[in-house]
Formats: sequence, C-alpha cells, structure tokens
Amino acid sequence: METLTPFKEAVDVVLEAGGEPLRTCYQCGLCSGTCPWNLVRSFIVRRIIHQAQLGLVDFESEEVWQCATCGACVKRCPRGVEIIDIMRALRKVIAEVGVAKVPDSLRISVKNISSLGNPQGEAPEKRGDWAKDRDIRTFTEGTDLLYLSCCVPAYDGKIRRIALATTDILNKAGIGFGILGENESCCGESVRKSGSETVFQSLAESNIETFTKNGVERIMVSSPHCYHSFKNEYPEFGGKFEVIHSTQYLWELIKEKKIEFKRELNKKVAYSDPCYLGRHNDIYDAPRDVLKSIPGLELMELPDSHEQAVCCGGGGGRIWMDTPKGERFSDLRLEQALEMGADVLAVACPYCMLNFDDSVLTMSKESLIEIKDVAELVQEAI
Amino acid sequence: MREPRIGVYVCHCGSNIAGTVDVEEVVGSARDLDGVAVARDYKFCCSDPGQDMIRADIAKLGLNRIVVAACSPTMHEVTFRRVCQDSGINPYLFEMANIREQCSWVTEDKGKATEKAKSLLGAAVRRVFYQQPLETRKVSINPSALVVGGGIAGIQAALKIADAGYKVYLVEREPTIGGHMAQLDKTFPTLDCSSCILTPKMTLVGSHPNIELMTYSEVDEVSGYIGNFKVKIRKKARFVDEKKCNGCGICQEKCPFKADSEFDAGMGKRKVIYTPFAQAVPNIPVIDREHCVYFLKGKCRACERFCEVGAIDFEQEDRIVEVEVGTIILATGYGVFDPTPIYQYGYKRLDNVITSLEFERLVSSTGPTDGKIVLKDGSAPRSIAIIHCVGSRDKNYHEYCSNVCCMYSLKYSHLIKEKIDAVVYQLYIDMRCFGKGYEEFYKRLSEEGVFFVRGKVSEVTDEAVNEEEGRLTVVAEDTLLGSIIKLPVDMVILSCALEPQPDAEAIGRLFNVSRSADGFFMEKHSKLDPVATMSDGIFLAGCCQGPKDIPHAVAQGLSAAGEALSLISKGEVEIEAATAVIDERICSACQICKLVCPYSAISFDEEKVVCQVNEALCKGCGACVGGCPGDAISLNHFTNEQILAQMEGMLL
Repeated sequence: METLTPFKEAVDVVLEAGGEPLRTCYQCGLCSGTCPWNLVRSFIVRRIIHQAQLGLVDFESEEVWQCATCGACVKRCPRGVEIIDIMRALRKVIAEVGVAKVPDSLRISVKNISSLGNPQGEAPEKRGDWAKDRDIRTFTEGTDLLYLSCCVPAYDGKIRRIALATTDILNKAGIGFGILGENESCCGESVRKSGSETVFQSLAESNIETFTKNGVERIMVSSPHCYHSFKNEYPEFGGKFEVIHSTQYLWELIKEKKIEFKRELNKKVAYSDPCYLGRHNDIYDAPRDVLKSIPGLELMELPDSHEQAVCCGGGGGRIWMDTPKGERFSDLRLEQALEMGADVLAVACPYCMLNFDDSVLTMSKESLIEIKDVAELVQEAI
Repeated sequence: MREPRIGVYVCHCGSNIAGTVDVEEVVGSARDLDGVAVARDYKFCCSDPGQDMIRADIAKLGLNRIVVAACSPTMHEVTFRRVCQDSGINPYLFEMANIREQCSWVTEDKGKATEKAKSLLGAAVRRVFYQQPLETRKVSINPSALVVGGGIAGIQAALKIADAGYKVYLVEREPTIGGHMAQLDKTFPTLDCSSCILTPKMTLVGSHPNIELMTYSEVDEVSGYIGNFKVKIRKKARFVDEKKCNGCGICQEKCPFKADSEFDAGMGKRKVIYTPFAQAVPNIPVIDREHCVYFLKGKCRACERFCEVGAIDFEQEDRIVEVEVGTIILATGYGVFDPTPIYQYGYKRLDNVITSLEFERLVSSTGPTDGKIVLKDGSAPRSIAIIHCVGSRDKNYHEYCSNVCCMYSLKYSHLIKEKIDAVVYQLYIDMRCFGKGYEEFYKRLSEEGVFFVRGKVSEVTDEAVNEEEGRLTVVAEDTLLGSIIKLPVDMVILSCALEPQPDAEAIGRLFNVSRSADGFFMEKHSKLDPVATMSDGIFLAGCCQGPKDIPHAVAQGLSAAGEALSLISKGEVEIEAATAVIDERICSACQICKLVCPYSAISFDEEKVVCQVNEALCKGCGACVGGCPGDAISLNHFTNEQILAQMEGMLL
C-alpha cells in the first residue's frame, strides 16, 4: 500500500517561489469545476493546490503546465486565492530551481525570447519589416504615441494583418505615432506566467530602459498580454507608462470623430473576450462599443461572454505548447460562433487570432466564418 | 494636596510578561522616579495575595497613588481601582501601564520588550503624579424598556421583561410580529412545526398587559442616555382603525386585487388589504398603498363597503408617538442574500432554481402550494440539488459562515424525502453541525439516503445531461473523488446566506451602535459581554448581531432581557467620571464640538450662548477637546498636564 508523508521542504520551495496564496485555499473545488480544461479533459486544479499544500506535487506531470492563466477560477474563488500565482510558483520551481524538465517547445520559446527578444527565433533586425511598405515612422523623442504590435503580428505573416489594420487607421486619422522596430522586444508576460521569472525581469528592465531612453510616455498595444504586463507588472520595476489597448484607442477616435465610417459592413459579428482584456483588466465595453458603432454590423454575444468568457487556450505560455486536437478551447468557441450563425468571430488579441485561425483551418470552416481583429473591421468600414 | 507617594507594582502574569520582559530591571528603573515610595514585582498582581500586597503597602507606607504595570486596562483596571477605593484612595489616582499586550505579546526580543516596558511604566508614574481625584456620578433608570424588532429574539426579550412586571414597548416594522421564524415550516433538529411553537408566544405578546405592541411602526429618532432615553416612533398609516377593527377578515375576502406576498417570499399572492398570515398578531390588516387601486386610480373602496364596523380609514396618516424608556434592546433581525449576482447559479435566469426561503414557503402547509413540493409547471421534481454556502464563506459576497445553512439544508432533505421521495443531493464544502442534537440529526439524515457531494458548485445549467433524470445540470468537482461531477436534477435550492438588514447602517447610526466588519451590530465583548453594546443601556439580541439559529437567538433575547432587568432592578447606574468639561468663559459658541461628538453628548445652550456637555452621554473620547479651536474644552482624567507628563515620562 502506498502511504504519503507531507514533504515540508517542498512546500517551502513553492512558498519561496511565490506560492504563498496556496495557504488560503479551503479545498472547495470551485476552481476545478470552473476551469475550461474540464470541457475537454480532466484537470483538477484543487488537487494540485492540495498537493502543493502538502509538498506532494508531481513536478514531472504535464498538469503543472496545463493552466492557461485565464483567471476564470480566480474571479470566482470564494477565498480569493490567486491560483495563477500558485501555478506560476510551481513552474518557477521547475524552470529556475530545476526539479524537473520544462517542456521542449516552451523551453525553446523562452530561450529565443531571452536571446533574440521574440519567441519565434527571428532576427531582431527584421522586427520592423511588417511596416516597410507603409508610411510608418520610427518613434523619436516627442512622438505622441508608441505603437507596439506584439511579437506575433510582427513576425507572423498571417497575423500581421492586426498591425497593418491598426496603423492604417492611425494614419488615416492623422495620429502622430511611431514604432521602435528592431529595438522592440517581447513584453515577457507569458514568460513570467510560465515560471521564467528571471528572464521576465530582465526583459522588463531592458524594455523600460528602451522606452525611457526614447522618451516614451504613451504606449498603444494590440495585445492584451502586453497591456497587462506594461500596465500592471512593469510598475514593480519602475516603469510607469500610460498604456492603452487598441480597442480603447479606437473607441476614443470614434467618439472624437477622428475617424468616420464610409461603408456599411453587413455582417453578423460575434466578439470573443480575450481573458487578459476582460477578466484580467475589466475591459469589456470598449471593443463592443467600437463594433456597435460600425454601420450595418450586427454584434452577437456568445453564450459565455464578458466575465464568463471561455479562454482561447493561449495564455500562460500555452501559446508555445502543442495542444492536441480535441482539447482546444478555441475549437469549442468557434463552434459556438458557428452555431449562432456569425459571419465573423472578432478578436482583440494576437494569441486569440493565432488559435482561432488554426481552429478554422483544422476544422475546415474557411468558407463559413472569418477571424478578424476589431481593428480590421474598423479599417474595412472607413 | 498631599505630597504624592506612589506605589509601583510590576506583574509577571506568570510567564506571559516575565517570559519576555526583564521584570526586575523594570522594577529597578521605577525605584528612582520622582514620588515613588515603593516598587515591587509579583507573579499575579490581580490575584487575592497580589491585591492584599498593595492594600498592605497603602496602609503601612501611606501610599496615595498607585501604578500597576500588567495587562490591558480593559482587563483589570476595574480590579485595581477597587483595591484603591477599599484603601481610601480615589480610584482616579490609579494608573495602569500595559506591558503585556503592548510589550511581551508583540515581540520576542527581550531587550526591546524590556526597554518599552520601562518606558511605559515611566510614563505612567509621571502621569499619575498629576492625576486628580474625580467623583463618579449616578443616574436613575427608567423601568420601561423598548424592544425593536418582533422576531423570536425580540418576542422572548419583551415577554421576559413584561413578565417581571415592567412596561415594554415592542416596535415591529411589518404588520405582524413573528419575523422570519413565522415563515419557516419545520425547525431543526427536532422537526417541530415552527409556527406551532411560535404562535403561542405571539399571542402572549399581543395580550400581555405590560406590552404595548406597535406593529407597522418604525423608530424615527432616539435621544437621551442610559436610563433615560426618549424615542420617537412612527406608526405608519394602516388605513385601518386598530380600535374599530375586529379582525373578521371580510375586507381581505372582498378586495378584488392582489400583489406578491412578502410573507411567501414572492412565491404566492396576497390581497392588497391583508394580514401577512392567518395567525398574525395583531389580527388587523393593512392596506398596501402602493398597489391599492383606490389610491392609484381613486376608485374601488370595496373593503370599506363591506366592513361592518367602519374600520377602513383612507384618510389615516402616519402618527408619531413619543415614549421614554431606560433600556433598549435591538432585535432587528437579518436579511436574506439575493443570489442573482452569482450568474453561474442561474437564479432568476433558469426556472426551478429557488432560494432557501422560497423553498420554506413552498414546503409549508400554509404556503402557496399548501405544502406540495412542485416545479414551476406544477409537476413534482424527481431530483433536487441543495447548494450550500451560497453567498456565505465567499470573499466575493460574505466571508463569514451563516451558521444555519448546513442544518436547514439537512432539514430540507428530510422534508423532501418525507413528502415526495425525490433524489436529494447535498453539495457542501464542510458540514457544520455544532449544536445540541445537530450531529445526531446529520447521522439520521445520512441514513435516510441522501447523496452527499463535497464540493462548491461551479455551475447550474439548463443543458440536461439526461432528460429522464432532470432538466437542470449541476456541475461541481466532487473533491472526495477528485472528479468533475454532473448531477441531473429538476430543482435547485440555493442555501442563501443570512446577511445584515439592508438598512443596518442607518439603524446603527440611529441607536449609535457600531457594526463589525461583516456588517452586523457589534457586541461589547465577543465572549464576556455578548449582548451589550458600546452604547450603555442598549443591548442586542438575535441575528442583528450575527447569523444564528433559533435556540441561540432565543438565548440572546433572554440574555438581553436579563441585562435590562438587572439595570431596572438596580434603579440607578454609575457613570464614568472621565468626561469633557467646557469652560464657559472661553467658549465662543462655534459649536464645532457638537459636530465632532460621536455620542451626541454636546448641546447648545441658546440662552447662555455656550455649548454644554451632557455627562451621562459623554464617553470621554476627547474628540471635542481636539476639535475646539479656542482650547475651551478639557477632559477630566486626560488633561493637557497629565498627557504631557505621560509623554515626558516616555521620552525622558
């Protein structure tokens, strides 16, 4: 018979890595029932926390890497346990103390970010290439706004459309903005969530230095992950910038009549709340306001929206890990949108776009639905 | 005044103090201070030998001021003041230095603890040097009492005081007394019928010669102080003459209009002129002005036409009654948590998701279905899930445990099993069956065949797992299995939290009673003074102080009555001498003191054009002293001289 004994030293290592919140958990299991993983496979969040409480976590298990940090459980937890911090601590124990192996794909992505500033392993000099054919200036001291596209649109030819649409709108509205091109690097949000705290901190510090050196005060981002990191995490390291998500900025432009719609967009559009825009930062209205202001566009609400929104599966470093078919939340979400008869599934996050594009392809739904960033829809109508 | 001869006593409090503070060093530091005649340490100064030691020193050494360095003055100041008084020293010539809660209990560093103890003792010695003898005063106690709230706690308190021969004014906001207990079907763990045990008490209240019952009434204003409160009560217009009405009920029968019944938690209807339920006390209806067609459209008056005694009075207006009482008992009860904000539980969104109070009415033989447990479509549920801790033990709503939900949820399974033999699931986090006979009830229910699932429900949906077994699905992690479990059910009962009344804050302000972090009224001491409040003469009973079951509410009602009776029987009460004094020669009548006083103890004398302190109300908090721009107010026992001396003693 197997008997277990609590392993205090292991508890201490997790606590030291930032797992302090695990002490507050009273094991009600609400997190497990709330976690979207259980829509596709078993993932008992509560059990992992209990194992951590007793120092009995199986660090070899893939479960440690499962959490997409969508925050659904944290929002509802009756004891207010910062479950994401616990997951982050467990991963940190692996990534930085080295008690087990980091999954290969994640390890390589983090290594690429650490050495090249992007997860794809591309050359930093090429980072600004997406803007080559456009009239987009390099940010210099005195430019009003810095636009950061996120690594995914910068290097991924398919996702590039987010950055192009956004900057086209800015140009049309006559906004003075610039990019930093080869001087940009990953914000590090997902790096931190996957446990590589040291890599994250050096990214934060060097990004803050770059922004400060260039005289940056306002930053507009397309990714809610960048938004979260710059707004909520960088201040810990002395970086205090005004951070605006593209949907917020677009809504301001529309309200101030700096952009005017010239075309009707007769489409049914379902909007999927990105976790890091919605639950993590309580921005639910701006993207909807933008969409509703587009003439002809019919905005539809998915069955689980706002605080209840289901994650695309890309947070917490999952975007760099392979999720087998049949276990992808984005497939479920896409099915919901299809069932409602939406022509477009609108997103406001490059990770969401990456995952949903993939779902459309693997589920062969290209003829039925399109994935578009909110900015793309605006661009089509002006 | 005689030359101060100060006795200093440093207590070990066993090892509580001596374990961390070097007591001998502290005593040594006091020996050379100005005016100190003797300094000693002792194992337990509060013990009889400890007290005797002080008494003997006073007699032998001619001490005239005493300092004890020990625990908090809230523990033993009264003990040592009495020692002084016994030996002929005015109790206000005693001072206490707290070297336990403020030194030994807050650090493990012996050096620092000892230094701080020396400093606090030095301050106390220096301060006592300047202290003045003060006289406590006495005020008489009016033997009448006011009980606010006619639920079971208020009823018991009122009956006990009235039975002892004193006048009680019982004020109830609703048209009848009875409170939440009247809405319940059976009571746990004995399963006796709630109204069968309650209504006799209600009748007693209604007919008691010493109780003046004021239903459909609310307290508007409270002034005065312990023993001498003046209370203004608003008797809301019933539109029925209480003196003429004989309770025949014809008006209710003939009234052609209906509104949602509050008593049935909105599950049923009542007439627009109504008594909430058949055994209401008093048996006098009220007209619901908001829904009455005569008030809305100027036509109908059916009730008036049929009333044989001419009791209907559409012209009636609210009336203010003023009463004088010596003591007040607040028994204002609780509110029920509204689960609508918990989106994932589907309340008001999905049919057949109901609250516990709604279920109480559904299962009650006097309820809207005559006690039949039915779904919205009238059919009987085949399976029911009872979700515990809805709004309780939850940081997003109420962090506290509501105490009664585990037990009433168990009661529901019994009632369901007995009436319709449906499948019952109890979804709990921890079973809390702490009272007498409660664990036994839990065992009995387990044996009746209820499914217990340990886990907090994450979702209720109307996507059926299996239509045959239930139309709703309850999703949770069964934490004992470590698996997600989906339960097919037809009905979901949400065991909702008990929460403070929605107007608890206003009531608290009205009676000057503070509230604890959970929003319930705060008792003076959670263990040793559980029904008193920081406002002397005002006591708490029942759920207004925190969620509790019927036995505890009753016990508190009786306890509050005991507190009131103790004051009444004593006839007078001593009040604190450390009060504020206004120097009328300096007062410029700006009245800032009146604004800052949290106890309404300051009034403005129009004739003399100065502010005055009501010593009976003053708690000596000193807010007015700080607020007075002209330095016209000083606080007895906390004069500038005394406080500066205390600071000097600490700094030097």
